[in-house]
Amino acid sequence: MGLEIIGDLRKDYTCNLIRNGQRVEGRGFREYREIRVERDVIKRAEGSARVKIGDTEVLVGIKLDTGEPFADSPDTGVIITNAELVPLASPEFESGPPNEDSVQLARVVDRGIRGSEAIDLEKLCIEEGEKVWIVFIDIHVLDDDGNLVDAAALGAIASLMNIRIPNERYGLTGDDTLPMRETPVAVTMVEVEGKILVDPNFYEESAATSRLTVISNADGSLSGMQKSGCGGLKEAEIAEMVEIGIEKAGELRETYLPPL
Amino acid sequence: MNEGKGEEVELIKDGKRLDGRGFEEFRPLKIEVGVLKRADGSCYLELGDNKVIAAVYGPREMHPRHAQDAKMAVVKYRYNMAPFSVDDRKRPGPDRRSVEISKVSREALDPVIIKEYYPKMAIEVYVEMLQSDAGTRTAGINAASVALADAGIPMTDLVSSIAVGKIGGEVVLDLNAVEDNYGEADMPIAMIARTNTITALQMDGRMTKDEFERGLKLAMGACQQIYALQRAALIERYSKSKEGEE
Repeated sequence: MGLEIIGDLRKDYTCNLIRNGQRVEGRGFREYREIRVERDVIKRAEGSARVKIGDTEVLVGIKLDTGEPFADSPDTGVIITNAELVPLASPEFESGPPNEDSVQLARVVDRGIRGSEAIDLEKLCIEEGEKVWIVFIDIHVLDDDGNLVDAAALGAIASLMNIRIPNERYGLTGDDTLPMRETPVAVTMVEVEGKILVDPNFYEESAATSRLTVISNADGSLSGMQKSGCGGLKEAEIAEMVEIGIEKAGELRETYLPPL
Repeated sequence: MNEGKGEEVELIKDGKRLDGRGFEEFRPLKIEVGVLKRADGSCYLELGDNKVIAAVYGPREMHPRHAQDAKMAVVKYRYNMAPFSVDDRKRPGPDRRSVEISKVSREALDPVIIKEYYPKMAIEVYVEMLQSDAGTRTAGINAASVALADAGIPMTDLVSSIAVGKIGGEVVLDLNAVEDNYGEADMPIAMIARTNTITALQMDGRMTKDEFERGLKLAMGACQQIYALQRAALIERYSKSKEGEE
């Protein structure tokens, strides 16, 4: 009960600020918190990135393994994306099987990479119908101060762009670089008090009824979207969010990702 | 999406889709209200070859009790596929896909339910896919919305849902299974028709901003038509019982 009251107070405080055109950290409505992307932080992983957006912190690690392709696509590699909301990252997370939030997080990140065809999966075929590379994208949330999706998506694409395929370990030869051809970037916005806020922190996420993630590519095309939360959005709001999403994705791509 | 990559399937011939539909046409929609005896509300719905049944229980006591909300009812939604509903048998029980669909569908309906009337209670929606042909989540939301009304749950409006997608370079309404497998993008939405408020939106695949905007408009228009069909089905059901059939 106590926590609920604090939650309500926090929500009122956040809404009041927003009504006055302000945000908790004093940033603009369309401004991200400070972002830091550190790549290759895990020696044992084929690729990794630690992404901080304000106090939100996510570690993405990529492992490659060989395995059987799916029956309906015998000549293409496989992507498997998983997210763990470990109890260390928030008083609200509990250990146990993945809940709907972690499933959604993983699936939205996966959707962006898949939708944009960021990885040329056909080049990951080792032996048709028998053996292909499986790319495991594992999202490990370390600190949840809101907007896990953008941090995880940025971590995933940053890691993917810097991978050595472990050919030797499997007695294989060939090109060691992962064939990348797109850089999908996710931008998440919430609507609070009729205002659109980019990169919501935890307070703002709790105050918002609707959240929209827009994933876009370098050419401005869209490769994934997800609305979540129990609120509604108008067509004009969605159009504005898509516009902002594409613009912000361009800025993030230019600043934090190396050129393809 | 992208499952059929590599194989080329011509999805549009002479300006028509493989099943003969125009670009802006959804599949035949059939809605039957109050089909189950034990449930408080129910609905059977067909959208083309999709066959869906939705049941609503409640408001009833929320279990587990620690998940109760002292101020309002909690809405639960379970999307479940019957093992025989798809070509390759679906292993029973929730998988990651159905967990996500359940969440998105619950959030699509939640905004219209007046939960404040029933603190500490649960309103439970169970949706079973009996036969699946792409677009099951939209069929499920349409059926669930009608079942909620049939259960007498206080709502501000119904929710209507449909997908748009991109196939053979064209923006079209309501993809069927073949179109979904070989198409370029799929975007299911849900909407409160009276206020044109979007309560669910997902996009999978790839489309331009312009295609997205056109698709959203197309889907919103279709939701208005679906809304009319949902209302008609409810009115038909309850005008019958007025005449003393029940």
